[in-house]
Order: sequence, then structure tokens, then C-alpha cells
Amino acid sequence: MRQLKLMGTTALVAFTALSPALAQIAELGAPEGQVNIVAWPGYIERGQTMEAFDWVTSYEQATGCMVNIKTANTSDEMVALMNEGGFDLVTASGDASLRLVAGRRVQPVNLSLIPSWNTVDPRLQNAPWYVVDGVHYGVPYQWGPNVLMYNTEVFGDQPPTSWNVVFEEMTLPDGQSNRGRVQAYDGPIHVADAAQYLMYHRPELGIVSPYELNQEQYDAALDLLRVQRTLTARYWHDAFIQMDDFRNEGMAASGTWPFQVNLLQADGVPVASVIPVEGATGWADTTMMHVDAENPNCAYLWMEHTLASNLQADLSVWFGANPVVPAACTDGRGMQTAEGCTRNGFDDFERIRFWTTPVTRCESQDECVPYYRWVSDYIGVIGGR
Amino acid sequence: MSLAAIDSTSPTPQATAILPQRGIGDRLSALFWRRPEILLVVLLILPLGWLTVVYLGSLAALLLQSFYSIDEFSGLIVREFTLRTYLELLRPANMDIIIRTVTMAAAVTLGAAVIGFPIAYYAARYARGSWKALFYLGVMLPLWSSYLVKVYAWKLILAREGIITWATDLIGASAVLNGILALPVIGGNSLSTSYIGTWLVFLYVWLPFMILPMQAALERVPQSMLEASADLGASRLQTFRTVVFPLAMPGIIAGSIFTFSLTMGDYIIPQIVGSSRRFIGQAVYQLQGTAGNIPLAAAFAVVPIIIMLIYLTIARRKGAFDAL
Repeated sequence: MRQLKLMGTTALVAFTALSPALAQIAELGAPEGQVNIVAWPGYIERGQTMEAFDWVTSYEQATGCMVNIKTANTSDEMVALMNEGGFDLVTASGDASLRLVAGRRVQPVNLSLIPSWNTVDPRLQNAPWYVVDGVHYGVPYQWGPNVLMYNTEVFGDQPPTSWNVVFEEMTLPDGQSNRGRVQAYDGPIHVADAAQYLMYHRPELGIVSPYELNQEQYDAALDLLRVQRTLTARYWHDAFIQMDDFRNEGMAASGTWPFQVNLLQADGVPVASVIPVEGATGWADTTMMHVDAENPNCAYLWMEHTLASNLQADLSVWFGANPVVPAACTDGRGMQTAEGCTRNGFDDFERIRFWTTPVTRCESQDECVPYYRWVSDYIGVIGGR
Repeated sequence: MSLAAIDSTSPTPQATAILPQRGIGDRLSALFWRRPEILLVVLLILPLGWLTVVYLGSLAALLLQSFYSIDEFSGLIVREFTLRTYLELLRPANMDIIIRTVTMAAAVTLGAAVIGFPIAYYAARYARGSWKALFYLGVMLPLWSSYLVKVYAWKLILAREGIITWATDLIGASAVLNGILALPVIGGNSLSTSYIGTWLVFLYVWLPFMILPMQAALERVPQSMLEASADLGASRLQTFRTVVFPLAMPGIIAGSIFTFSLTMGDYIIPQIVGSSRRFIGQAVYQLQGTAGNIPLAAAFAVVPIIIMLIYLTIARRKGAFDAL
């Protein structure tokens, strides 16, 4: 009996030790015929929403792998689905990707099986939100900034250059106060936007990263947000509600995604956007592969497809985001153009600090305020405390 | 088994009337006849299993979670019994959320009762034939369309550049609207970003749940009692106060349980219409997400349960369920 137990443990040890190495395949075999992907809504389009936006059909025709999409609305849903299993790939944001790596839900990717890897933006090839200890857990998918959108009729020929229009009370160029005419994101990650503003305006606080705040820096950010509460009629949560507020509620300025700016401009609403002097926060998503992916060959073919096809260009037009392959901006593989990339913030990469989940054990200082406190405290701030 | 054999073992002549068993069906029915409790268990095992495992089980899991706490340093959940999480509910920011939600639920219930009563009264006592059908249809119609569409539509109606502002401008009453919006606490930048707006939308969405039970209660008030009241010289007001209203009370209480608990649990409306200040449902939704503060989310979720228990106890003391 004891011997049996010993054999069992040895086998288990051998298995757990070997599994990461086993999981990474050395060469591609025959495609399995399908691939299951967890994605953000609107991220994987097959021409059903609008005929011009289709980056799935060509892949299915070329590889014979049918794409099955499961959409998820929050990073938490994505992590939960990946924990459940049954999926091959996920388009994980920075606040989910490291959790997936730490939870051993994703496997290292063999970059030599992805011929287009060397076309990936060098700025992203070793980004810390998916590369751990030099091991690549996926390939970049798309990224974008959180820009400052403003009403061009209100600001006229004096467009805003600083986030102060949403953080401090002031008279806007149309002669009226900004009170009640600005918005802010209602997710607790918005605390980072306040921290980034303080990084620029109050250097004595010594903030190194807006996602790594000690108690004093954190309190200063909350104080700033309390001022913002007095200016904000409503916080935005849903992209379409925010667009409606710029149409019908007389909003003058707000942090937002290029997605809303592009759609509003296409509708003739007088808005424009800018990345102010303080810089901006942003998001960067990664295609990651499940540790027990049942269709690894189709998954690798999909990762190659995301980098090599019209996907990068057309998705960046569709979503107001930026391609992770710089060539997609200019080489005409899709609808994106150099001007479009510039408008979506492609040249401002250095000024963007990408979303990561704040944790207690942070790199830049001894102890940081963790995310769950951001949540409860931001609820308090919005409630007027 | 022969008749002779039965005769020899059983002394009673009735035993000869028992027919020989014809298979499993007979044996089962014989078993159920002899031991009725077995039939009861077989019939109830599925619904009872559902009730205990799925329904009460999840509630118990929720309750259990609320007695855990989150470790301040690591953010991990400590699975040890503590009341610390409940103490956290007493923090000003969290108390605000509870008070805000309960006040809104009470205001919506009161508003629904005041607006719903005349409608229910007319529909129950005066509307006849096709008018009655029209009333039923009118009350039920909003329930047939999607909840989200209705809320979004209200957002447009209440917007600063929406139809209400336009209409008040047109009739020159914008000063009145601005005066209402300038009220402290319940006012705001526009109707759609104020508590008034949230209240209006709640009222619209839950009103049918108040009218229908009230109407059912009012229909059960016998005509003869009203006539008796009139014969004894009561004025219309007296009849209403002493006859109609007390008899309609069970319906009002039943309706108020719906509107009160539905408002308390809702987390969509305050997100779309209002000033973004959180209600209990939103706080639960946000705390259980990336925050991973499931104990506090669970403790928040227990609050409406306790409030509803208190509410139902008071309602029972008032005799609201006597007529049910």
C-alpha cells in the first residue's frame, strides 16, 4: 500500500514537473477542424455585424478550422471561463493576463511556430503583462489608449491640453463652468488616472507607476477624485450610454476610448480627442493559449492569422484601437491608414501606462494599496464620501 | 396461490376477496396503499431536493461567505468565522449605500401605492367589458417589452436635451423644472442624472406589480358592504376609510412587497439613470468581481434579506396575511 502511494506521488511529481514542457508543442500537426476562443465583444468579427468587417472567413477557408467564439464582458468572466476549461484561446487584458499565468491556466507559446512573430511591434515583444521570466505566454492582439474626448463647440479653438478639465473646477472656453459637464469612468481602475495626473502635477509624492501607490499617494489620488465627484453628473460605465450623454446631456469633456470618439464623429457629433500632457492610461490585450488546449494546431494557426492577415488593420478601424503589427497601419492589408493609427494614438505608446491589477506586493515600493481597496474606496468616493 | 391455501391460513372470510397480484404495478400500488408515507417521499423528493440543495444551499453558502473576511495585507479570503465583515457594513460609505437603497425602495413603494390605487380602484369597480380588458392590457403591456429597452428609453426622455426639457421650454415652464432640479440631494444636473429620475424609472418599471394585487383585492370587496355602509349613513370618505381601504390592505401589502424588494435588488436602473451613486445590488456586483471581496459582497447581499424579513414580520403583525 505504502509502495503504491509512493508510486502515485512520484508519478504525480513527474507529471506536474513535466507538464509545462509537454504542453508546448514543437511542431505543427494537422489542423483539428475547430478552435474555441474567449473574446471581448466585437473583437472577432465574421462580417455579421457589418459586412466589411470580417477577419474570420479567410482563416476558416485557409485552415479548415471553424472558429467558435464565446464573448465575455469583464476580465473576471474571462478568467472564470478559462478556469472552467474547454477553450483554446483568450484575448486577455492586462488585468487578467498575469492572473492567468499565475494560476497556470495558460501555456508558453513556441514563437518559432508563428512565422509573423518578427513583424510584431518591438515595443510589445517583451511587454511585462504577458512575458514572465523571459517566457512568452501568448502573442499581442491589440492595444489602445484612454483618451480625453471633448466637445469642439464648447472648446472652440482652445482644445484642452491637460486632464485638469475633468479633475478641477474651471471655466471652459465657452464661458461656463465645467461643473456637471464632465464625466469619468466608473471602474475603480480610474484611480490610476488620478494618480497619473498627480505624477505630473505633484512630483513630490514620488509616484513611479499609477498602479503602484502607497497609502499617502493613494490618499492624494482619492482626494483628487473627491473634487472630481463634485464636477461629475454621472460616471460612465457603458460605451453607448456615454455616447448618448455626449449627444443629449451636453457633456463637454471626459476620459474615453477612441471607439466612442470614432463612432460619435462618424455620426456628426462635434467631438475630438487628445492625449493630454500628463499622458494617458491604456489597455493592451494578448492572445493566450489554454494549458489544456484541445486544438493546439488550429490555435497556433489562429495566432499566426491574427498577426499576418487583414485582422490587425480592420480590427483597429472597427474598435478604434492600434495594431500590434506596425506594418498594418501602412501596407494596405486592411482598411487602416497611417492617419488612422495616429488618430488612435499609435505614436503615443511611450506616454501610455497600460492597465495592470494593483497588488499589495508591488515592484516599485514596499507595500501598495491592493485592488480590492480601490474598489471599496472608489464606491465611497462616487457616493460622496 | 390457491383459494384453499388462503382459506387455510386466514380465518376471515373477506380474505377470499383479494385477487392474486398481477405484477410490479400491483405490488407498487399495494405498497403505496399500505405505507402512504413512501408515496409522499417519492413525490416530494425532487422538489424538496431542489429546494434544499439548490435554493437553500446557495443561500447557506452565501451566509457562510459573509462570515469570512478578507486579509488586509494579501487580499486573500480568510476562511475563519468572524463578524468583521459585518462591522465593515457600518462604515459611513457602506451605510450610505444601504440607507440610499432602502430610502429609494420606500419612496418607490409609496409612489406606486399612491399612483396605483386610483387606477386599480377604477379598473376593479367601474371599468366594464372592453374597458376592463383595456385596463388589464394597459397595466400589463409594459411587462411585455424588454426591461432594458424601457430603461434606455427613459434615459432619453429624461435627458437634458430630451423631450421633457423640450416640452417645458415650449410651455415656458423651464423655471419650474430648473427649480425642481436645484433642490438639494434629490436634484441634479438633469432629470436623468438625479434621484428624481431614478425614482421615476423605478416607479414606471415596478408599477404593474403594485396595481395587479391591489386590483385583485379591490375586486373582492363585496358590493353589499358598500351598500350597507351607505345605508348606515356613512359618507363616501367614511366608507373608503373604514370599509374599502382596510379590505384592500392585503393587496396593497402584497404589492408593496413586490415593489420594495424589486427596487432593493435592482442594479441596472441606477447604473443607467442616476448620479452613479451606488445601490446595494451594484455594490455586490462590483465587490465580487476583480476585487474578489466576496465576504463583503455576501454581507451586503444579506442586508436586503434581513430588511425583507423585518418588513414581512411587521406586515404579519398588522394582519396583512390574514386574508390570504
